[in-house]
Amino acid sequence: MSPRRGALPLLGRSAALRLALLFALLFAASVAAFAAVLWWGTAGALDRQTDAAIRADGRSLAARAAEGGVPALVAAIEERMELDFENINIYLLVSREGRVLAGNLPAWPPAMPRESGWRTVPVARDGGEWRTEGRFLHVALPDGNDLLVGRDIAEKLRLRSVLAEGLAFSAAVALTIAVLGAALLRRAVEARLSPAASTAEAIAAGDLTRRVPLSSRGDEFDQLGAIMNTMLDRIGTLMEGVRGVSDSLAHDLRTPLARARGRLEEALATAGEDPAALRGAVERGIADLDQIIRMFHALLRIAEAEAGARRAAFRPLDLAEVAADAAEFYGAAAEARGQRIELSLPDSLPLTGDRDLLLQAIANLLDNAVKFAPPGSSIVLSGGVEGGAAEIRVADAGPGLTAEDRARAGERFFRADSARSTPGSGLGLSLVRAVAHLHGGELLLEDASPGRDPPGLLARLRLGQPAAGLDPEAAARHALA
Amino acid sequence: MRILLVEDDAEVARFVAKGLKEAGHAVEHATNGRDGLFLAASEPFDVLVLDRMLPGGVDGVRLVETLRAQGNRTPVLFLSALSAVDERVRGLKAGGDDYLPKPFAFAELLARVEALARRPAVDAPATRLKVADLEMDLLARSVTRGGRRIDVQPREFRLLEQLMRHAGQVVTRTMLLEKVWDYHFDPQTNVIDVHVSRLRQKVDKGFDKPLIHTVRNAGYMMRAEP
Repeated sequence: MSPRRGALPLLGRSAALRLALLFALLFAASVAAFAAVLWWGTAGALDRQTDAAIRADGRSLAARAAEGGVPALVAAIEERMELDFENINIYLLVSREGRVLAGNLPAWPPAMPRESGWRTVPVARDGGEWRTEGRFLHVALPDGNDLLVGRDIAEKLRLRSVLAEGLAFSAAVALTIAVLGAALLRRAVEARLSPAASTAEAIAAGDLTRRVPLSSRGDEFDQLGAIMNTMLDRIGTLMEGVRGVSDSLAHDLRTPLARARGRLEEALATAGEDPAALRGAVERGIADLDQIIRMFHALLRIAEAEAGARRAAFRPLDLAEVAADAAEFYGAAAEARGQRIELSLPDSLPLTGDRDLLLQAIANLLDNAVKFAPPGSSIVLSGGVEGGAAEIRVADAGPGLTAEDRARAGERFFRADSARSTPGSGLGLSLVRAVAHLHGGELLLEDASPGRDPPGLLARLRLGQPAAGLDPEAAARHALA
Repeated sequence: MRILLVEDDAEVARFVAKGLKEAGHAVEHATNGRDGLFLAASEPFDVLVLDRMLPGGVDGVRLVETLRAQGNRTPVLFLSALSAVDERVRGLKAGGDDYLPKPFAFAELLARVEALARRPAVDAPATRLKVADLEMDLLARSVTRGGRRIDVQPREFRLLEQLMRHAGQVVTRTMLLEKVWDYHFDPQTNVIDVHVSRLRQKVDKGFDKPLIHTVRNAGYMMRAEP
């Protein structure tokens, strides 16, 4: 564990806890901001209001003193004190010598210095019996007298403490809610993550059948789970493919291997008797081995294609050209069986792909068609863009495939019962399917002429997006060519 | 001709060397890349047959790159247990001339070695090919036999051209597939044979001496004498 993590191990290890704390922090910050605004709007406003009243009062009294001198000022102060029913206004006019000329304070408050400005100081009112707090403005008059204008703020202070108490209480409640909410959030995050985590653990322990259970919410956690499941499905398919290859290798290569071995052994036993027989046996043994090697190559190509390893050979190409080459190549074989390959291809079908594998795929489809279609029939090779994907179609008038066989066609070494008498490895359609997947497409098998007997087979090789991955310049060159 | 074989597997080397000697060639054998490079650089050979992966720090690709850097243009055939497309491309890019994945039939190896050694020089392109009374004009793209014009389709023309260029040599089916169709794939059935037999119909039918011969277990050969 890193030293940074060591300092706060809990924080370092739990993303859920970090999220929850972040939530609590944000919650507390917003409560604090709310309290600040509230305080400024209430207690702050009262303060400002008091100060404004005191300032106006002081200014008008100073004006009266300027107009009528001390007597006018004293009269004005007396008048104001009479009108102040709440008895919160405080005035004090003292001469230069310190004699009280007017006002409702017995003496100059000791805490108040004799200089202009604002002060909040404790004062004693009503002959020293009533101690309270006052907010004062000291105005130095031109004639040397000092005027003190103030307000008793005891009431206001009480109000303020009530507000502060209220805020403190709500802050405590808010903090509790924040902590509770954080805990709930943490638990919720952990609860949503735990299925994925336990699935991953089970898979790490070797149980590949497990999948992340999805809720019906379709939220981010479900999306993550769905992505994980897709990944697991893909891994499962690959694993099954590997298992399938080894099973099939064990099963299907055993027969030709046994045959080759038997022939060679027999040849050895009878070596002395007939040199021609020995030679024949060895030749057949080599032919058997060649067949096995070809199956190996095909399996390797399938494996490479399925693993996506052959993308290195991807180039921009014209699928129509490749299809035409395949048709030309198999045309001779079809003719030899009295069949015809009819072409219906567009001028060009630009695609980025593996030329050799694509030819192999189309060749395998044509090879099947030539093998299974009756003599004298036509095989139709057509192409085009269907639903955004380049598509090559091979239709024949052969026996077709039953729905059951269709589902299994494409499995390695699968051969329909009707095909067992014809030569072939059972790898042809597997390779076509793998090539389709490598190009982001699929192989679809349908009836060529539904309802008729025989229905024939229509193989649709769909190959991803046309011109996908082709840079515009290359596409332009392609269009010109 | 003189052939240098660089192959670390004793059994494969023995069987290839024996076969080449039986076919009338002189064979030198090196078991690692260092010795192979030394031999190839110091003595003249007609063809180098190299294993793609060799012990001794110098593998087949490095060996060819070094030779080519020295201006040595001896044709090179790679033998390799790596069949992936990338490996093939890498071998040819390094300066190899042909690539044969293991396991291979000896006939295939022999045909490719002989084809490499007798490759026509690039600077003197032939415009006419002639085998007995069969003539091919590469510029006019016409074929005549005994003065009689034979109509061939473009692909048949290329097929015939390959056979005629290597007259007297075995041309295997895979070689035809690569040279005439320019694809590397497994045609499953013997479609090549169908194409050759169609060509044979045009070239040999009606003439007393056939020119296109099938070589058992190997491929085809064009030659005047039966």
